[in-house]
Amino acid sequence: MSDVSDTAERSPEITGASPNGPNGSPRLVRGLGMVFLNAREASITLIAVVLFIYFWASGTPAFFSHGSFVNIAEYMGPYVIIGIGLVLLMVCGEIDLSVGFVWTMSPFVMHFFIDSGLPTLLAIVITVLLLSLIGLLNGVVTTVFGVPSLITTLGSGYLVYGITLTISSAQQINLPAQSVGLGRWFGGEAWSEIIWASVLVLIFHILLRRTRWGLYTIAAGGNLLGARESGIKVNGIKIGNFMMCSGLGALAGILEAFKNDIIDPSAGQLAVVLVALAGAVIGGTAMLGGVGTMIGMWVGVLVLGELQDGFNLRGISSYKLLIIQGSAILVFMIVNTYLSRLRGSGRLAGTTSSRRTQRQKAADAEAAIADMGTSPIRGE
Amino acid sequence: MSTESAETFTQPTSDDILRVEHISKRYGAVTALTDVSLRLERGEVLGLIGDNGAGKSTLIKIICGFQQPTSGRMLLNGEEITFSSVTDARSKGVDVVYQDLALINQLTVYHNMFLNREPVRRPLPLLRNRIMRQEAQKHLDSMGIKTLKSVDLEVASLSGGQRQAIAVARSVFSDCKVLLLDEPLAAMGVKEGAMILDLVKQVKERGISVIIIAHNYGQVLQVCDRVNLLQGGKITFDKYARDTSVEELTEMVVAEYRKALEERHREAAS
Repeated sequence: MSDVSDTAERSPEITGASPNGPNGSPRLVRGLGMVFLNAREASITLIAVVLFIYFWASGTPAFFSHGSFVNIAEYMGPYVIIGIGLVLLMVCGEIDLSVGFVWTMSPFVMHFFIDSGLPTLLAIVITVLLLSLIGLLNGVVTTVFGVPSLITTLGSGYLVYGITLTISSAQQINLPAQSVGLGRWFGGEAWSEIIWASVLVLIFHILLRRTRWGLYTIAAGGNLLGARESGIKVNGIKIGNFMMCSGLGALAGILEAFKNDIIDPSAGQLAVVLVALAGAVIGGTAMLGGVGTMIGMWVGVLVLGELQDGFNLRGISSYKLLIIQGSAILVFMIVNTYLSRLRGSGRLAGTTSSRRTQRQKAADAEAAIADMGTSPIRGE
Repeated sequence: MSTESAETFTQPTSDDILRVEHISKRYGAVTALTDVSLRLERGEVLGLIGDNGAGKSTLIKIICGFQQPTSGRMLLNGEEITFSSVTDARSKGVDVVYQDLALINQLTVYHNMFLNREPVRRPLPLLRNRIMRQEAQKHLDSMGIKTLKSVDLEVASLSGGQRQAIAVARSVFSDCKVLLLDEPLAAMGVKEGAMILDLVKQVKERGISVIIIAHNYGQVLQVCDRVNLLQGGKITFDKYARDTSVEELTEMVVAEYRKALEERHREAAS
């Protein structure tokens, strides 16, 4: 039957613990090892902590100052917010490059609504809802017309960007004076953005883990056909996630405008999508669908923020920072892939059993051929 | 049918749960099923055997609503019925278990068992995971599925036999009346195969009628009440399991190969 009982004996090798260590310790190490393997967020959290210790121990005292933490928090906020949308989409097997261009457009749209006499709060809400329609477009083109979402959102991204540049004449504009007061809650104050981001991460974490919507998102990304055959309306799920992603992009753009105190047509764009993607991927979200975590993405963006802040404080040039970021992505991804492979084999020795069934299949086939007393020509 | 029909075909009963009558299926120029009539008695296990390409999978796909037949009709409980989709068929009590199609690897066993029927809290619609976990465990226990360490496991970490067992259990859990199993024993070791056969017996004891596609005739005869052979898009053989044997079934198929070989030789000669 199953190899469940094997798991316990097998895991010491996996975690690297010595099976005959001093009394009690193998069990502890094994337990920690399993926690580490099972919680996808665990490994990236460890890396985040190690980075803190590194910058502290390697003589960058300013790293542990209020100003430095504000820097990290301000860096994280917008990336985490669009990261939420990207994780939702990656989990259901899609991607959205246009979210960065929605970010560029949204403060202009908000400005328009405030100019036409709407109160700031209402203007923000309407902007977010209106721009989530870009997600509707992305979702419909992707699911109904079957265009890969990478292409769909590349197209819609340029479309949105072009419209933004046209209506703004590619000029910066100031925020409407009457909006600045409320704007303090929307990115104007130093900590407001990361608070928005973190609260949203918690809400969407619950959405992904504890609601039917979340389950169906995972199901659509994990096994599209199977999900559809279970009666799940996968297109609706995907379209909804595209819309949430665009809405979050609109919110991030507005927060950034209030933070920088300017509405800038060069804000957002593709670069911010790539940073958020890096955070999501480092945090343990798979590109292939079915796997992803909001908390992991939050920590992934934190790691990027720590690197940014730490190297800035040490006076390392931003060019070198890019080299380090790039290498970090590659290294984390290799480790993540390796860990998830261990996860697969660790729990139930899945790889060995599938190898076993393949061998069995071959044996069965031989037996069947022998049974027939002739060599059949098989094949559809 | 021909004169030999009395021997090669069983007589319909008044209590057939499912009847497939004169079904054909063409894909463009290709004819997958020419004229298939098949019946399933209430509470029986019917084994469907035949060479690869004989049309077994096409037939299953039509019965489960995945595809629609080109012509012919189906009767469920004596009433003519059409299935517009797998979901439609499922809601009418006809469920199918495919090797890899059924389950979501990235979800836990209990989430898979409850997929699309999850109980949620009110007013905040959060999943009632504890109830699902308990119910799933209870249901697996009642079906004698003991190979799982926990229903909390992700399906990705299960063996082929365990996945098959979960998929079958899920169909039974959703109150199906007719269960179609497409090669449930493929790629499975002897032990796991035996587990699935036990499970099929369990399913039968619950009064569910089963059609099972299989290659291993020994295993088919262990669990089936009746065997049908599909050859060249037609049912050519239909006997109760007690009236046939592994040797007879093997001989039927081998004869087909001989015929095919002879034809090839004749073609080569001419």
